[in-house]
Amino acid sequence: MASRDDIKFLSNPKIGLKAKKYCRFRKFGIKHIDYKDPEFLKQFINEQGKILPRRLTGNSLKYQKKVATAVKRARHLALLPYVADLLK
Amino acid sequence: MNQYEVTFIVDPVLSSDEIVATAQTYVDHLQGEGCKIVHVDEMGLRQLAYPLGKRTTGVYYSIEFSSTSGLIIEKMELAFRRDERIMRFLTVKLDKYGIKYNEDKRNGLIGKKKNVAEPAAVVEESSKPAPKPAPKAAAPAPAPAAAAEEEE
Repeated sequence: MASRDDIKFLSNPKIGLKAKKYCRFRKFGIKHIDYKDPEFLKQFINEQGKILPRRLTGNSLKYQKKVATAVKRARHLALLPYVADLLK
Repeated sequence: MNQYEVTFIVDPVLSSDEIVATAQTYVDHLQGEGCKIVHVDEMGLRQLAYPLGKRTTGVYYSIEFSSTSGLIIEKMELAFRRDERIMRFLTVKLDKYGIKYNEDKRNGLIGKKKNVAEPAAVVEESSKPAPKPAPKAAAPAPAPAAAAEEEE
């Protein structure tokens, strides 16, 4: 009998399955978001310097708010741009 | 007793002595008002993300202090506004997680840049041949010690 390993799929069977999003702050137990660390905050902004939505980052509401505050503080201190064209 | 943190940007056109003196005046000012200085972080000359008053770089300083009253902050910020050598400033109150974070950062527990020395040392150890156990044990000790000295 053919086992499951022998079956050749025409398309990738994992295509329909979405990886579950998670909040990295909750998962790794990060409690404080430093506004003086622009390299870390760059993970949460797009190329134009806009803050990415939770829909994309998977942050929980509590930490999304903290991220937003930290990004805004970094912008005030000229660590991150308010507007940019080709950030990253 | 609340813990605060003030970050400010000093004009880079000044000579390095003047920059240090500028930061020192604010440390003295805070101490004169009865605040306890926890740590003064010299973040150094950095590229600004956008020009501030036709300057493209700035010297960043961060002073962490604890004070019984928040009234000191108004006085300090007024001094910042009057001071032409200061390009920007931001004062925040730290919550318990912020205090812990800064403490860990000073001890080198957080921050990839400061931890770079330790993993690198580990790689060197593993790449070394086995028959040298004594230098292996000695090698990792000086690196963290040196890192701690730099931070101080």
